[in-house]
Amino acid sequence: MEYIFIIAGVLLIVLTIAAGLIWVERRLLALWQDRYGPNRVGPFGLFQVLADMIKIFFKEDWIPPFADKAVFVIAPGILMISILLTFAIIPFTDSFFVLDSNIGLLFFLGNSSLGVYSIVLGGWASNNKYSLLGSIRASAQMLTYEVFMGLSLMGVVMMSDSFNLREIVEAQRGMWFVFPQFIGFVVFLIAGVAETHRTPFDIPEAEGELVAGYHSEYSGMKFGMFFVGEYLGVTLISTLIVTLFFGGWLGPSFLPPAFWFFFKTAFFICFFVLLRASLPRPRYDQLMDFGWKILLPLVLLNILVTGAIILYLQ
Amino acid sequence: MEVAMVKIQIDGTIYEVKPGKNLLETCLSLGFDIPYFCFHPSLGSVGACRLCAVKKYANSNDKTGRIVMSCMEPAVDGLIISVKDPEVKAFRASILESLMANHPHDCPVCDEGGECHLQDMTVMTGHNYRRFDFKKRTHKNQNLGPFIHHEMNRCIQCYRCVRFYRDYAGGKDLNVFGSANNVYFGRHEEGTLESEFSGNLAEICPTGVFTDKTLKKHFTRKWDLTNAPSICVHCSVGCNTIASERYGSLRRVVNRYNGDVNGYLLCDRGRFGYEFVNSTKRIKNPQLRQSKESALEVKEVSEIIPKLSEALKSKNIVGFGSPRASLEANFALSKLVGAENFYHGISDKEYHFTKLCLQILTSGAVHSPSLKEVEKANAIFILGEDVTNTAPMLALAIRQATRNKSIEKAEKIGIPKWNDAAVRELAQNIHSPLFIASPYFTKLDELAETTYRATSEDIARLGFAVASYISNDAPSVDNLNIDIQNQAKRIADALKQSKNPLIVIGVQGNEDIAHATANIALALKSIDKKPSLSIALPESNSMGLGIMEGKPFGELKIENDTTLVILENDLYRRVEKSLVDNLLEKCQNIIVLDQLMNETSSKADILIPTGTFAESEGTLVNNEGRAQRYYNVYPAIEPIRESWRWIAELIRIQGKPEGNSWQKFDDVVNSMVVSYPIFSKIKEYLPNADFRMFNEKISRQTMRFSGRTAMNANISVHEQKPPQDADSPLAFSMEGYQGVPPSSLTPFHWAPGWNSNQAANKYMVEPNGELKGGNPGIRLIENTTDQQQSYYKNIPQPFKPRNEGLFIVPVHQIFGSEELSSNGEALSSRIPEPFIKINLKEATRYSIRSNDTVHLTVENIDVLVKVEIDASIPDGVAGLSFNLPGMPFISLPKIGVIKKS
Amino acid sequence: MFSILRSIWLTFLHAFHKRETVGYPEKKPYLPPRYRGRIVLTRDSEGNERCVACNLCAAACPVDCISLQATEDENGRRYPEFFRINFSRCIFCGLCEEACPTYAIQLTPDFELGEYDRQSMVYEKEHLLISGEGKYHGYNFYKNAGVDMGVKAKGEGENEEPTVDLKSLLK
Repeated sequence: MEYIFIIAGVLLIVLTIAAGLIWVERRLLALWQDRYGPNRVGPFGLFQVLADMIKIFFKEDWIPPFADKAVFVIAPGILMISILLTFAIIPFTDSFFVLDSNIGLLFFLGNSSLGVYSIVLGGWASNNKYSLLGSIRASAQMLTYEVFMGLSLMGVVMMSDSFNLREIVEAQRGMWFVFPQFIGFVVFLIAGVAETHRTPFDIPEAEGELVAGYHSEYSGMKFGMFFVGEYLGVTLISTLIVTLFFGGWLGPSFLPPAFWFFFKTAFFICFFVLLRASLPRPRYDQLMDFGWKILLPLVLLNILVTGAIILYLQ
Repeated sequence: MEVAMVKIQIDGTIYEVKPGKNLLETCLSLGFDIPYFCFHPSLGSVGACRLCAVKKYANSNDKTGRIVMSCMEPAVDGLIISVKDPEVKAFRASILESLMANHPHDCPVCDEGGECHLQDMTVMTGHNYRRFDFKKRTHKNQNLGPFIHHEMNRCIQCYRCVRFYRDYAGGKDLNVFGSANNVYFGRHEEGTLESEFSGNLAEICPTGVFTDKTLKKHFTRKWDLTNAPSICVHCSVGCNTIASERYGSLRRVVNRYNGDVNGYLLCDRGRFGYEFVNSTKRIKNPQLRQSKESALEVKEVSEIIPKLSEALKSKNIVGFGSPRASLEANFALSKLVGAENFYHGISDKEYHFTKLCLQILTSGAVHSPSLKEVEKANAIFILGEDVTNTAPMLALAIRQATRNKSIEKAEKIGIPKWNDAAVRELAQNIHSPLFIASPYFTKLDELAETTYRATSEDIARLGFAVASYISNDAPSVDNLNIDIQNQAKRIADALKQSKNPLIVIGVQGNEDIAHATANIALALKSIDKKPSLSIALPESNSMGLGIMEGKPFGELKIENDTTLVILENDLYRRVEKSLVDNLLEKCQNIIVLDQLMNETSSKADILIPTGTFAESEGTLVNNEGRAQRYYNVYPAIEPIRESWRWIAELIRIQGKPEGNSWQKFDDVVNSMVVSYPIFSKIKEYLPNADFRMFNEKISRQTMRFSGRTAMNANISVHEQKPPQDADSPLAFSMEGYQGVPPSSLTPFHWAPGWNSNQAANKYMVEPNGELKGGNPGIRLIENTTDQQQSYYKNIPQPFKPRNEGLFIVPVHQIFGSEELSSNGEALSSRIPEPFIKINLKEATRYSIRSNDTVHLTVENIDVLVKVEIDASIPDGVAGLSFNLPGMPFISLPKIGVIKKS
Repeated sequence: MFSILRSIWLTFLHAFHKRETVGYPEKKPYLPPRYRGRIVLTRDSEGNERCVACNLCAAACPVDCISLQATEDENGRRYPEFFRINFSRCIFCGLCEEACPTYAIQLTPDFELGEYDRQSMVYEKEHLLISGEGKYHGYNFYKNAGVDMGVKAKGEGENEEPTVDLKSLLK
């Protein structure tokens, strides 16, 4: 029973945050662009999210006649589910989590790979050249960045000697992994942005070239699922960064651990928005170049050095 | 006739051109834009305005050259000129600047603005900034009647108006006054312009001194009009017009150039008669009479269908066609009622006269000339017709033809035809021989060598005599007095000597005159002449209806349960009232399709609203036998429909197959061609609705058409798609082909830099020449095989004045004798009161004076008329104004009795 | 690499900049008199309509949203019988004002033209005509034109000589 409450609690919190991010992002972007952002609906425009939700629920949910219907409907669901599932292994505090799995990190990596299906299928089912191009780009980009996303975490795993996220956090009681694993952190951050295809890595939905990429043909709540999925992804990556590199819920004890966890997560979410506000989008080939030619050698080197140091210290 | 081409060099390029033209015409036909004012293709050149300057070089070594006026310079072999030399351009600009010195700041309120030759020329010469800083000379205006508005300040003294009005059209009451900088063009005192062609001043004047007063009442700029190529429906000549609409009402009619018919000009009836389309008398809804006693009530279309269906079930359906309805509408009616029940709906006299004329024209003895050919005639004999009032443009063409002798004389001494002032100076009073035989004075009399005043019988006798003097085979006339014999001899001589003899008869004549004419033609042919015969028929499609099979009124038999279908026809103008009353009373159902309320339509049981020439398309055959088509200017607004469409609906109700197969106009044409192979040329020649220019329909609106998104916004802000036109290759929008379309589909004249109607030049091979791709219309009666020809021998007895009563002859009026135009607002103000013309001797006999109102009784019909004393009327004869509004129809000529009231 | 970090930093610093956005409608921005907003028809100094229904504005309008019909009063003075602007089509380009030879049609700084019903965006003459002269004072077209339409007699306008006496021999 308690288990169900926790799951429900996690889902509620996560979805609320993801929805709330819509407002947060728009306000923050406006802040950094010397504007106001949504400020008309409710205090500080807070109810904008509600208004948007009402709008999106009542929009015509149109399925193009030329689309592959079944796949078209399933695709956005896969994205939502794969991301939401991953939240199961996040330890929000030492006692508040869904699943204390000893292969937590692998579970995350596996799930994030599943997310690609959603985009590939969505783009394919739309039966539209822009959607297809978008999804091809997305799959290439995600597969590429997944390689060294996984590798970038190997340093953390080596140092904590575990795939269990709770144990990884515990292992940081002495020192946050961000310091010894700075390269791993940077690469994970970049890969995380690419994984959620946020600006500057939003090449799959580059609106200047591909209308809206893989979700061009989506409308109504199906589009909404892609949209919310993106924010869920941002939240997920932020929580993971916090968990893996910034000591999770750990922090001075005058505030509860949950606060620290959320505080750190919020910081990274804001950082994601800041990236969007400040960086232009690279070209597709630049993106692949950067991944394969710089990041991959870098993480391999990181693993090598980390391993060497660990061996030396033993 | 092929002429050797000459080579001239313009700005270094060598062109092969036709000799005999002036340089301005030549350059214009080559596509050069040379500005000009005083020149007009139909008026020739006088070299007054100095604007058309070009530089002429003595030879290829001459680098300086000298400025000459291109309109006064013949295009001769080896000529070297420049049209874009900077000095010439500066010269033109300075001339224009001087012309503009006194021109007022009027363009925004000037009706010419947007289609102003002066504006075009100003832009063309590049004069764009006013440097003349002094005060402008001003003039007072005159009220010139209901047709023409006068605004003298705008004048640039090009003299085109008086040259047209006086020299070309023979008007007397417009002239030039004053001198130097004070030259004034107007009448000696205010008053209505008398000429039948005064409307042309609006187009001839290169600026806004003379503008269309009927347009002024609902003024619209040229660029805002929706236009369609149209044919004038007010007489049988079939002048080509451009009719224009804005906001659902017809705004004006202007000339559409047709080198074979009307050239650059129109008569006032044709130009201003259009107002009937906007008349309050228009029938806009179906009307129904529940029982014979009740009144007509406005109904929905669906409400009249049951009654129609009942009426059309009758075994006896009789249809009356109309000479003012299109071929297609008449044909559709004959299909509805069956050919054996189709009546022409004209008086028997007119029926037989038309049929006889057609027989003469198709006999092969005589050629039916176009107006262009009329202008080339060099001996003319008019029998019994006042052409100025029944076919004004024909009269104008005859007027030009009388100049041929002087033009020949001038050409003999090396003055080309276009050198207008010189030719006229040389001519003085030389005219080609013109002979007029008519019961009363006609305006052409002033040009006639001899005139003969007599009734139809005597005129016919003169004609027979002329024939007998040309050829001995023709029957001779007995008991002619010596004067008439001499006159006949003189006419015969002139016709014999002429290269292009022309005979003109018309609706005022009778069959005797037509017989005499046929004899003259046959006689001329027997001496190897090619005579032409021009016939002024009464209405726009008289000839077309004549070609169609149908019965005369006299053969009509009415059963008790007869359903009568009357197509666009006021029978009360065709036949005596008592006859029509009798007929209508006998009929069970009377279905009338018409445009205007008139005596017949007010007697209808079912009244169906049909479109005028502006709201429908159709083919008309003019007096020459030329089939021409008019197109919708704007779509008919339901329940008004084209006549043929309504009749197709009636046929559908009746259950005949045509009812369903006639969906489009072309369907009716196709059916018609099957029934009347003579009309197959129409189908071949006139483009059908599928015709496209570069895959586009031809646009009825100019590129600059304004207000599309606002004009209907008061009704609904949601814009409707423009109406589609399935019946013609024209589009009701500005989208479509805007260049030079086939000549019969020209909706307006416009070319870059040429906004006035003089852009017509760009549509022609050469100014005043043929339109590109040939002139519009197709001649139906041509190259007929020679039938058996023999002289008519039924010479009538001479006219003898009666002791009791006067012999009444019809006097047609340009304004009033035609039904449709009489309903126009401006034109109706020019209609005279019903009048009778008698000479002083007869007036004294009846002791009446000028302007007295008297009763005239002709066969029980009594009419109140005003007396006019006219010395030209022979004894025992009186002329009665014919079919003016408010007058009962009287079949003339007949004996009538005058009673003082 | 450095430039990327610098961009991020500079963007972050914008958090402390003043906002450019003006809080319309609580705060109304200043608009210059020649701002191109709602179109009006003005009157001359004598209070008569300036519009002479010349149709030039309609011709100049690139979206064809002006439609009018000319008519005349008893003196022959031209004025529009109706004058309609479909503001739902208007792009406020100001070409009509430039085309107007009489200063009749003018654009004003009023841009608040929102309506719930599109039909209300169709303005007729009674909605367009104001009582004043607008931006340009003192001009009266009919005093400068050659026509006599009840404003001045022939030859009495600005820049005009008295009418020519045709019966005189002295000129």
